[in-house]
Amino acid sequence: MHLEHFPLGLIPLLPLLGAVYAGFFGARLQRRWREPVIYWPAIVLPWASFVITVVAVAKLAGAGHHTALYHRAWSWLSVGSLQVDVAFQMDRLSAVMALVVTLVGSLIHVYSRGYMKDDPGFWRFFSNMNLFMFAMLVLVLADNFLLMFVGWEGVGLCSYLLIGFWYRETKNAVAGMKAFIVNRIGDYGFSLGLFLLFWGLFLAPVVTTGDPGDRLAAPGGPHAAPAVDAAEPGAPAAADTGIHGGAPLTSVTFREVQTIVEDPARRDGILGQRVLGAGLITVVCLLFFLGAAGKSAQIPLYVWLPDAMAGPTPVSALIHAATMVTAGVYLVARLHFLFAASAAAMTVVATVGALTALFAATIGLFQYDIKKVLAYSTVSQLGFMFLAAGVGAYWVAIFHLMTHAFFKACLFLGSGSVILGCHHEQDMRKMGGLRKLMPITAVTYALAACAIAGFPFFSGFFSKDEILWKAFDSGNLLLPGKGIALWALAAAAALCTSFYMFRSYFLTFTGTYRGGQDAGHGHGHGHAPHESPRSMTVVLVVLAALAVGGGWIGLPILWGLPNRFEQWLEPAFAGSHHLIESAHRGHGAEWGLMALSVAIAIAGWFAARWLFRDGKNPIPARLLASSRPAVRGVYRTVFNKYYVDEFYGRVFVRGTRQLSELLARVDRDVVDGLVNLWGSVGRVVSDVQGMIDAHVVDGAVNAIGAGSVRLGRSLRRLQTGRIQSYVFGLTTGFVILVVIGYLLA
Amino acid sequence: MSIGLGHFVAVSALLFSLGLFCLITRRNAVAILMGIELILNAALLNLAAFSRYLHGQPDGQIFAVFGIVLAAAEAVVALAIVLQLYRAFRTVDTAETTELKG
Amino acid sequence: MDFSTTSTLLTWMIFTPLIGAGAILVLLALRPLLRQALLDNLARAIGVACTAVVTGQGLILWGGFRGADGALQFVHRLVWIKQWSIEYFVGVDGLSISMVLLTAAVFLVAAIASVPWWGRLDDAHHPHFSKKKVPGYWILFLLLETGVLGTFCALDFFLFYIFWEVMLLPMYFLIGIWGAPPRVEANGRVRGGPYAAIKFFLYTLAGSVLMLLAMIAIYHNSGPSTLADGTASPHSFNVMALTQMFRDGTFAGASPIFGLAFAQAMFLALFIGFSIKVPMFPFHTWLPDAHVDAPTPISVILAGILLKTGMYGMLRFNLQMLSPAMVWAAWGIGILGVINIVYGAFVCMAQKDLKKLIAYSSVSHMGFCLLGFAALTPQALTGCVFQMFSHGIISPMLFLIAGVIYDRAHTREINGFGGLAERLPEYTGITGLAFMASLGLPGLAGFVGEVLVFLGGFGAADQGFRVLVAVSAIAVVITAAYYLWTMQRMFLGKLNEKWAGLWDMNWRERLTLYPLAAATVILGVYPAPIFNLINSSLHQVLSVVSVTLHAGR
Repeated sequence: MHLEHFPLGLIPLLPLLGAVYAGFFGARLQRRWREPVIYWPAIVLPWASFVITVVAVAKLAGAGHHTALYHRAWSWLSVGSLQVDVAFQMDRLSAVMALVVTLVGSLIHVYSRGYMKDDPGFWRFFSNMNLFMFAMLVLVLADNFLLMFVGWEGVGLCSYLLIGFWYRETKNAVAGMKAFIVNRIGDYGFSLGLFLLFWGLFLAPVVTTGDPGDRLAAPGGPHAAPAVDAAEPGAPAAADTGIHGGAPLTSVTFREVQTIVEDPARRDGILGQRVLGAGLITVVCLLFFLGAAGKSAQIPLYVWLPDAMAGPTPVSALIHAATMVTAGVYLVARLHFLFAASAAAMTVVATVGALTALFAATIGLFQYDIKKVLAYSTVSQLGFMFLAAGVGAYWVAIFHLMTHAFFKACLFLGSGSVILGCHHEQDMRKMGGLRKLMPITAVTYALAACAIAGFPFFSGFFSKDEILWKAFDSGNLLLPGKGIALWALAAAAALCTSFYMFRSYFLTFTGTYRGGQDAGHGHGHGHAPHESPRSMTVVLVVLAALAVGGGWIGLPILWGLPNRFEQWLEPAFAGSHHLIESAHRGHGAEWGLMALSVAIAIAGWFAARWLFRDGKNPIPARLLASSRPAVRGVYRTVFNKYYVDEFYGRVFVRGTRQLSELLARVDRDVVDGLVNLWGSVGRVVSDVQGMIDAHVVDGAVNAIGAGSVRLGRSLRRLQTGRIQSYVFGLTTGFVILVVIGYLLA
Repeated sequence: MSIGLGHFVAVSALLFSLGLFCLITRRNAVAILMGIELILNAALLNLAAFSRYLHGQPDGQIFAVFGIVLAAAEAVVALAIVLQLYRAFRTVDTAETTELKG
Repeated sequence: MDFSTTSTLLTWMIFTPLIGAGAILVLLALRPLLRQALLDNLARAIGVACTAVVTGQGLILWGGFRGADGALQFVHRLVWIKQWSIEYFVGVDGLSISMVLLTAAVFLVAAIASVPWWGRLDDAHHPHFSKKKVPGYWILFLLLETGVLGTFCALDFFLFYIFWEVMLLPMYFLIGIWGAPPRVEANGRVRGGPYAAIKFFLYTLAGSVLMLLAMIAIYHNSGPSTLADGTASPHSFNVMALTQMFRDGTFAGASPIFGLAFAQAMFLALFIGFSIKVPMFPFHTWLPDAHVDAPTPISVILAGILLKTGMYGMLRFNLQMLSPAMVWAAWGIGILGVINIVYGAFVCMAQKDLKKLIAYSSVSHMGFCLLGFAALTPQALTGCVFQMFSHGIISPMLFLIAGVIYDRAHTREINGFGGLAERLPEYTGITGLAFMASLGLPGLAGFVGEVLVFLGGFGAADQGFRVLVAVSAIAVVITAAYYLWTMQRMFLGKLNEKWAGLWDMNWRERLTLYPLAAATVILGVYPAPIFNLINSSLHQVLSVVSVTLHAGR
């Protein structure tokens, strides 16, 4: 790959400056000069990043197909064979990501100005949002795993900070904590995957080109001190950088890892390694996928995302819909050359994605919190993306990632507009009829809902349809019937998607306003919902436009139109292209599927319209009121999210805490108890010796002293202090003396 | 029977004994004071008697008169102390005024 | 093996605090002439000035140290007691330089934390240690610094032992006298400063006894050497000479002890002695007690520096000197390291006292050092030393943070707080940073050590280390859980009205916490300054070990 210099570091740096500015000085400045002093820099800097990104992408587009922009800032970790730089790289994949992140991120910053107005934590909000932009851009632009991990955990931190933004509510703080810890479980997979990959490459035998297959040369090349048997790897002396044929022996840089893996001299050695009975690459990919599942809220680690809705709505839009949660998809796409090499890993990714898509979509059917609906929808859509990545359609995954960023950001911001308009009410049962009161919000929400449902010519249609088709057409999956089962799951999920999205639309925007009945709310003014300020509606309109038209850069080849998006990303995924197999199901099937998915979208819309339009149809209420156990049980199970949270809480959270209590008790009573026992034994021994000393040796000495004390004590009793007794004694003594004297005389 | 020295001494001894008994047995401070007065009077009686019968000169009787005056003064002081004692303890029972006893 | 004097800088560094202590003694003699308040303030000023001077000397040392050259530098060597071939031999190489610099810095921070200046101090009802027996405190404080610096610099075994013991005594008094007063706990146990001090003292002394025995045994079995003034001597205490002798096989003829080869027996004796200081499971229980009852700056020194002396001893003696035995013991040490990490993390989660939680987190984090130490790969060993350094700046932060809240609320009961973020935003921010650094957030110093240890451990010659790393990486999740849970219970949620009267950080606290916070961030993104100091020495040591590693197989 050809590298060209470009100051990419500026792209994440600018938001970082904004974060530092608002974080350190924001509180004081805000008190002094009010909010503009905070939001101007916080909004301008991400836009500046966007502009730089556009310039970079333009330069990238002008360069050759296999060019990447590169910027090395400084050497970060440099120990032995581990060479990690703080370096940024923009190839065609990260260019798309960076564009989406900076564009959507900047738009949401603009929106936030109105949404967060008059919040005392205004400065904190913008500081954290800018910090998030920084971390996300580092994640996207990093040229190696470890720097990506900085962004990876950095976005987790910002997510924690922003979910718990209104920390005075313990519920919000707990949701933030949950997000961070669940993400950490994913990070466990990420780091182990990285270590395994790093050493797997290092230890993989190099097949010398002279006589292929027979002789295995020692890894480490000319610099390795003693020759090491390939079966007994890891000699530290050999762990210095070994250069083989220009490429390093091992690396954590994406570019170099790809070069190494694709090097014919190394490939067989790497793929041939086995770990825990499975192929090295499979295990590595599964570990990385665990990380991706944590970040992108896939089964089994999706539980944090719905709770994350506790944060302010712009946060939900930016972090928990458009950007951060897609990082897992980006990771899989970034590592396409590894995943494509392991059919097992791809099958797992695709299956988990399809299952999550359907599972989350079913939960979304019954939620009443407008943000919860969107949250489960996000989980579900991320499942679609993983399905695409799992069947090797990486460009489609990224395509859907992009369109999803547009329409889901629009939906979230629309819901935020509704929430703000309804005075922080999130329950859709207390909304309704908002179309007349908030026209712009209603229209943009409807357009975005059409996009996510997959109405023809909306952006979601192109990306989702492509996913369904690629799943159907996949030839790589290790499942019976290849991709058909997954396609069925995804199609069902698409039906649910269309239904719950329009359900939320009809519940919220049609019929009559059901809120504000509980009088005495104390607001005093404007019980009626109102349209949001201009700064917010402008963003909604822009995003709605993108949600509608954003898909047109990826038109189906089937229609004979140029698919610019696929062309753009084609070089980025060229390395794995030959590994992806198609089931060759032909154009007829593709047309058929396209028609079917349009039908699915319309069916969902129609069902939702029939049931929820204007709140007139009595069937939903009757169903909810039904006491039939079948209906009731199903409803309750799904409504309570299949009790997964409860299960995790019982098993993992409580288990961990009980274990920790147990170990703490062991520490106090057993480990420390032994120490104290030693101390006590020592003291008993010394006590016994002390007693001997005290009673035998010192006893004699003390006896004399004690005797005189005791004598004095008894004599003291004579000294009564009463003169009468003295006189009595005197007289008696005198009389006795006289008597004695008389007798003697 | 003429009254001789023996009678005086006997009366004096009787007075002394009564005074001593009173001094030892009574716990009332006033009674103790009375006992002391009795003992004093026994001594004064002896002084006068011995002065009259053995010496033939009035020295002893002058001493006795002097002693009576002193006794009066002493009684005043002592009674004042008793009064203060009463004020402090609301009692004149010496068994109960044992503040200084260790 | 010719080490001749090149600089007296280290000697000045080691003994500057002692001079300060002497000056305070002189002040004490002049007591009749001075008012008590003036005397106290002079003692404090001398103490802070001395630590500042040492820090300055440390910067000179840093500037003059050639990192690429892994050899000993700044050597100062004299004959001390000729009859027993004892020398005064100090010097630094990559194993010790980072610790010397850390010591200088942390002592300065601790000194600033020991004065009652620059900020409100609420001691109306709760007497503050910084106003108690001030001159005595500072004499012991400075003596402690001399002991620690000497320990890191000494290259004569006997001298090392002397300094090792010199560290012990001031610590005993500092915990015992200036620590928490004795108290009876709910279960009837008597705890408090005196108990903790005695426990610390006896525990460490028990380790020292083993070390002393090993030292004498090594001395008696050592071969002839040349002293600094050129005279020949039948035996040697010179660590460098002894290292060479172990490599040359001088000790091969020494009789085995309890069925173990001589080097292995020595290894065990020294290892146990050092592991008590680290502290390693199961010898760690003195640590929570000592930390809970020590005054804040003493906790800072204890966690920041004293724990590192144990780890440093392992690097210098067990790894460098007894490298053949190191390979033999690596697997066992690795397991103990993992127990430290995971067990410590779990125990942390159950703690209710903030300081105790931080103390156990030290146990957990020092486990990373042990694991990296045992893995014997360049990354892991660098990670071990870097973790020593980063823990040396992060744990002082944590203890200072515990001190901040204790000085205000006079309690450290985590559950007793709540919603403090509203009242103490600055404090909350710095606590968040310290917690994140400690839980190994990438971009902060804690991460570098952790990831290097894990990554290096994964590549250890013994594939079993992969299991160890996989197990200990669980602690990454647990650590996040207990820190965030603590964060939530103390700072988030509704403000506990009981603490509505608390006030945010003052300048003294800023002066101590901000430099450490800055170091945490800078070393997290740019750790190269430390790597440059330590790497070449470590890799020299390691190359010797790995030669042994291959000879053994």
